[in-house]
Amino acid sequence: MKKSVVFGALTVAGLAAGAAAAGTLDDVKARGKLNCGVTTGLVGFAAPDANGEWMGFDVGICRAVAAAVLGDPKAVEFVPTTGKTRFTALASGEIDLLARNTTWTFSRDVDLKFTFVGVNYYDGQGFMVPKELGVSSAKELDGATVCIQTGTTTELNLADFFRSNNISYEPVPIETNAEAQQQYLAGACDVYTTDASGLAATRATFEDPSAHVLLPEIISKEPLGPLVRHGDDNWGDVVRWSLNALVTAEELGVTSANIGEMAAGTNNPEINRLLGTEGSLGEMLGLDAGWAKNAIMAGGNYGELFEGNIGESTPIGLARGLNAQWTDGGLIYSPPFR
Amino acid sequence: MTTLTDPPKASFRLSMLIYDTRYRSLTIQAVAMIGFMLFAAWLINNTMTNLETLGKTPQFGFLLEPAGYDINQRLLDYNSQDTHMRASLLGLLNTLLVAVMGCITATIIGVLVGVLRLSKNWIVAKIMTVYVEMFRNVPVLLWIVLAMAILIESLPAPRAFRGENPEATMNLFDTVAVTNRGIYVPEPLFSNSLGNIHLLGQSSLRFDVSVDLIAILIVFGLSIFGITKMNARAKRIQEATGDRPNTLWANLGLFFVPTGILLALLGFHLGYPELKGFNFKGGTHMRNSLIALWLALSLYTAAFIAEIVRGGILAVSHGQTEAAEALGMRPGRTMRLVILPQALRVIIPPMISNYLNLTKNSSLAIAVGYMDITGTLGGITMNQTGRELETVLMLMLCYLVISLSISMVMNWYNNRVKLVER
Repeated sequence: MKKSVVFGALTVAGLAAGAAAAGTLDDVKARGKLNCGVTTGLVGFAAPDANGEWMGFDVGICRAVAAAVLGDPKAVEFVPTTGKTRFTALASGEIDLLARNTTWTFSRDVDLKFTFVGVNYYDGQGFMVPKELGVSSAKELDGATVCIQTGTTTELNLADFFRSNNISYEPVPIETNAEAQQQYLAGACDVYTTDASGLAATRATFEDPSAHVLLPEIISKEPLGPLVRHGDDNWGDVVRWSLNALVTAEELGVTSANIGEMAAGTNNPEINRLLGTEGSLGEMLGLDAGWAKNAIMAGGNYGELFEGNIGESTPIGLARGLNAQWTDGGLIYSPPFR
Repeated sequence: MTTLTDPPKASFRLSMLIYDTRYRSLTIQAVAMIGFMLFAAWLINNTMTNLETLGKTPQFGFLLEPAGYDINQRLLDYNSQDTHMRASLLGLLNTLLVAVMGCITATIIGVLVGVLRLSKNWIVAKIMTVYVEMFRNVPVLLWIVLAMAILIESLPAPRAFRGENPEATMNLFDTVAVTNRGIYVPEPLFSNSLGNIHLLGQSSLRFDVSVDLIAILIVFGLSIFGITKMNARAKRIQEATGDRPNTLWANLGLFFVPTGILLALLGFHLGYPELKGFNFKGGTHMRNSLIALWLALSLYTAAFIAEIVRGGILAVSHGQTEAAEALGMRPGRTMRLVILPQALRVIIPPMISNYLNLTKNSSLAIAVGYMDITGTLGGITMNQTGRELETVLMLMLCYLVISLSISMVMNWYNNRVKLVER
């Protein structure tokens, strides 16, 4: 019996590795659907709305890629993944693309064999505490009980932070954001830590968001971005340049509102190249000439996605900060379309 | 006159492998064996090749790298700079802890419920029926999650203990704190401690042994030895003279006095939990996750054990009871001396598989964030190193070894209680 389990596991691993070898772009086109890995539910980044439709910033990336490849932003199969299951899902070929606020790290890129195609959100790990605790700095958290999502970089950052500051803490590992929220609100932990954007998103769903504060310390760099498997550069290019198209569109002032008239032809050759009225960028990627136009029309350019899902006008209320265009003093910067 | 002709010389021909019934079964077995081995080899080879193209050839070097994460429930000393191997070891100990605790409570509850289900008291019997049917017909994962939710939502947070007029107070003369982060109970401390012995130096498998504990165990063991000697002597005198000397006081003295003196010498006292900062400090902290998992696993498995016990008792024919009664035995003695020993023979074998189930079900621990070996080696370590195949194989090996050990012990016990036929 035990033997068959071993072989079963080996088979799964074998099949998984086999699936990874085929061309992902052709697979997606043949399937007519993009399998996109997202979180199990983090409002603003990826969560189903009241109608069961997935909405959010990361979801926007999935839809843009689907629109670029298949011409239809709705042709996405969303696969909810936890911090623990996401990499296996991607490595095994269950999903084509992982857009799940995943931190770009050396070991994930090199050792886990993934390709991060870019950064769609520059984040950092923060702490949220109830206001009534009267804590104003993370260094006052000696002896606190900290809720943390297991299988994330935050777990390692947290250990490093408390170790280097020589203070103690009690970790409570938790599988999903929803459970963490439950434990935190019940007072089973004093502190909840994850990426600052995730904290803001979680706090926005609380009954009384003002009773909780984010501590000023940001203890890590968390560049979040979509990623694909190593070894399929063609597919990696498609996803990378779909993301870049959204960023460039914002930089060039192309929005989902004016894209119709822009696509008729403009005086700016870069816009023309981007929208496919000049040159053959789409063909080089193995896509239609209107790929970038479709991607931008799916949910708007990078700025529109940001404002619509997590920006200051939404309950989550994140400022652009580091995530402003480079022309506005931020870090969002796309290589040129040329 | 008879002539005996020699039987024809059995000369072996290749076709006999198929057409001769003497050899045919061997041929089939050999072919099946070769087929199976080829299939296995193909699978392994396929996996290896594919992992190699992914650039992930199996290797276990990651076990010696620093783990980088913290574990809340530590039975041995550990910090985030220790290796993945040590993190796995701590996880393994946590698994064993909950498995052993679970098996003990499940047995106690199970036997009680099983016997009570046969009670002539209608209400008691029905309540036990409801318990058994409720617990064994709902997946154990749900019970674990429910237990955790109840603990978190219904118990007071540590901050409720604070202030002039706290909403919550400690129980049992201020010695036990029941919070929604777990239960803090007093811990034994020694002011003249003899210290610890460090074994295995700085390696990943190092551990400390408390000299105090060893000393106590030795003294207590000697006391018990003395008591058995004393009883044996009393029995000898009784058989020789017919009078049994009174050993009660001597036995009680032997039981308590030497250990008591040792404890006093070591400066034994209890360390009480105290609210300091965010949490209670001091005392032994039994985390919610442990309690929820332990309770749910025990209650769930106890439902099965109860049915086994009931079945075992019913399997002893009624004639045995009647015979015992005819000999003038009281009901208690009938149960203890006649029925249970016979029922045990029926009970033990299915009990083994329930212990195994409980141990394997403990891998659901991650649902409540209990850091068992599935949570450390098969969870965080796997996720941070990306070595799925290696960690899963190691995990399977661990559970296999644990399960086989439990089976071995229980089979040994089964051989002791089983019917000895002459």
